[in-house]
Amino acid sequence: MRVALFITCLADAMFPEVGKATVRVLERLGQVVEFPAEQTCCGQMHVNTGYQKQALPLVERFVKVFSPYDAIVAPSGSCVGSVRHQHSMIAKRFGSPELVQQVDPVAAKTYELSEFLVDVLGVTDVGAYFPHRVTYHPTCHSLRMLRVGDKPIALLRAVDALELVELPAADQCCGFGGTFAIKNADTSTAMLADKMHNVLDTGAEICTAGDSSCLMHIGGGLSRIRAGSKTLHLAQILAATREDTVL
Amino acid sequence: MSTPVMLGLPTMPPAAPRGVGNLRGEEKFPAAARRALADTQLRRNLGKATTTIRAKRAQVVAELPDWEELREAGRQLKVHTMAHLPEYLAQLEAAVTARGGVVHWARDANEANAIVIDLVRGKGVDEVVKVKSMATQEIGLNEALEAVGIAAFETDLAELIVQLGHDKPSHILVPAIHRNRAEIREIFLREMGDVDPALTDEPAALAAAARQHLRRKFLSAKIAISGANFGIAETGTLGVVESEGNGRMCLTLPDTLITIMGIEKLVPRWQDLEVFLQLLPRSSTGERMNPYTSMWTGVTPADGPREFHLILLDNGRTGVLADAEGRDALNCIRCSACLNVCPVYERTGGHAYGSVYPGPIGAILSPLLTGIEDNASLPYASSLCGACYDVCPVKINIPEILVHLRAQHTETYAEEHRVPSAEASAMTAAAWVMSNPKRWTLALRSGRLGRVLGRKRDAIGEVPLPLAKQWTDARDFARPPKQTFRDWWAAEHGGER
Repeated sequence: MRVALFITCLADAMFPEVGKATVRVLERLGQVVEFPAEQTCCGQMHVNTGYQKQALPLVERFVKVFSPYDAIVAPSGSCVGSVRHQHSMIAKRFGSPELVQQVDPVAAKTYELSEFLVDVLGVTDVGAYFPHRVTYHPTCHSLRMLRVGDKPIALLRAVDALELVELPAADQCCGFGGTFAIKNADTSTAMLADKMHNVLDTGAEICTAGDSSCLMHIGGGLSRIRAGSKTLHLAQILAATREDTVL
Repeated sequence: MSTPVMLGLPTMPPAAPRGVGNLRGEEKFPAAARRALADTQLRRNLGKATTTIRAKRAQVVAELPDWEELREAGRQLKVHTMAHLPEYLAQLEAAVTARGGVVHWARDANEANAIVIDLVRGKGVDEVVKVKSMATQEIGLNEALEAVGIAAFETDLAELIVQLGHDKPSHILVPAIHRNRAEIREIFLREMGDVDPALTDEPAALAAAARQHLRRKFLSAKIAISGANFGIAETGTLGVVESEGNGRMCLTLPDTLITIMGIEKLVPRWQDLEVFLQLLPRSSTGERMNPYTSMWTGVTPADGPREFHLILLDNGRTGVLADAEGRDALNCIRCSACLNVCPVYERTGGHAYGSVYPGPIGAILSPLLTGIEDNASLPYASSLCGACYDVCPVKINIPEILVHLRAQHTETYAEEHRVPSAEASAMTAAAWVMSNPKRWTLALRSGRLGRVLGRKRDAIGEVPLPLAKQWTDARDFARPPKQTFRDWWAAEHGGER
């Protein structure tokens, strides 16, 4: 199986540790991971902000770069959601007939990290060790677009020494929403305030999730109020071992 | 958006007209939301009410093993009806007429209001009682009647609270959701001439005061005005679903009944109610069955109203039907489940949307009815979290329509302006950079400026620049890394940089 890492533009630029952790987990499980350097972005930001036509070259690039692989793994529910649910829409509206034919097969083999680990590799215990109190925020697109369900929870439960505490009102959006966080900054912040309140109520040191974008938002809020709790991507927890801790 | 073609000529059905009705707000959503967010009483009232209704709905929906099949049946019935709307409307008109009713067609809010005014004047009365109705709120009927000296009395308890409070509804189902008991007591004491000054804020006492106030109106009114939840093409039957019984009083006591129904409220057959009368109460009030379901067909001698008028309202709906990507918004049965689960609505309330249709469904329906230019900020009033789509009893993919309307907005702007907006330029530039890995790699390295900004705390605090300020007002920005992922990979694995 040829496995490609789709790093996502955000993790590439801002959170390289998430990418390194994803590679580490997959290699530990015996996968050979390739990183096609021609990749850039899935185009979700453009589509969701109303610039569908501008997303076309990004969709074309994604399809061209990742078609040769058997599985494409990304540490983001949101970007995988865009690949699965928006790429065919963009292709049908602006793309060539060839692109329309190509998007769905590529989307079908594009996986969010927890889906790939649990569904494709059939693994829940990835051999991680993380001696901390953790709460899990199921990001909206993982939860409702991809329906990842309890897969991330199953992975976290199998982590040695990890204490998992349930997040109240977990299914409520954190308020990120891409450019929503800028265009409706006040409403976004009000949603963030409630999410932070719930995170802090758990007494967890770490709030984890499968999306760097939501974590950037929640983590940015926690950092601003010097809360003492912080955010860490699911991949980073799964990559941690006794020899190689992340905190 | 594609332009529909009729008889070889491109035509666009008209949008809901300006200057009448309540589909447009006076300010953009972010500004209206900012004020609502600062209202602590409103935040508490809404948080409490939406959390309660959400939990009730989730409980009664979980009881039905075939809920997903019901949703799919509801969706298919609506899609089928919309695809055959002209035939079914003609069938409805024939059936209502055959049973002694009179059918009127109103292209827009102005025509509908004028028809009602003519009918009321024709009876020589200056008072009407009203059943809770979204269509009449949409067209601003109360305001239009008031302007010609006709008093309209709302009889739904929540609508009465809104009317007495000189306020506007803020929820489709629970129009006074933004008010608590103490506020309602104050409104009653101030506005109900005949109220007992010792009135308490106990729900039973408040309901009793309203009942006493309304009873006289029911007995004296000659004309009632209602909306309709359903119109059945096959039989010409109209239906109203309500919880208090005040609706039934209006539908049965006065001599004349005038019903205003949006043309999309149609269902083909009587049998179809089996689906919708299961979907609607569980989705809206979280009840297994609706308390008062009133159905009437034309007029019946010596029983109920002697005259029945049905006004079929377009007001932009044909235009929505012509929009292939937006038309599913017409399938809405006004249950308001999407409002109750929406994290934006829960915090801002309904008034921030400026339209009688607030929340996720309002964020698509209002701009679809008025044209995107008049409600351009609404499709952005969502984090696209998808909770609305999950609960919709007829499976309207609201997030997808929101994204469609955002595209319609930017594309309309681009067509009408020679100079692109700053945002469009930025998005085009981003696409140009991201469509080429070399340009993208170079762009990533410019993040080094951020490292300087963030060196003190390993995070970036407030940055007083446009856009950056919108983020850093409440959130630190992560300090960019020394090395991007792709640079790390290249260093580890060799290969070109």
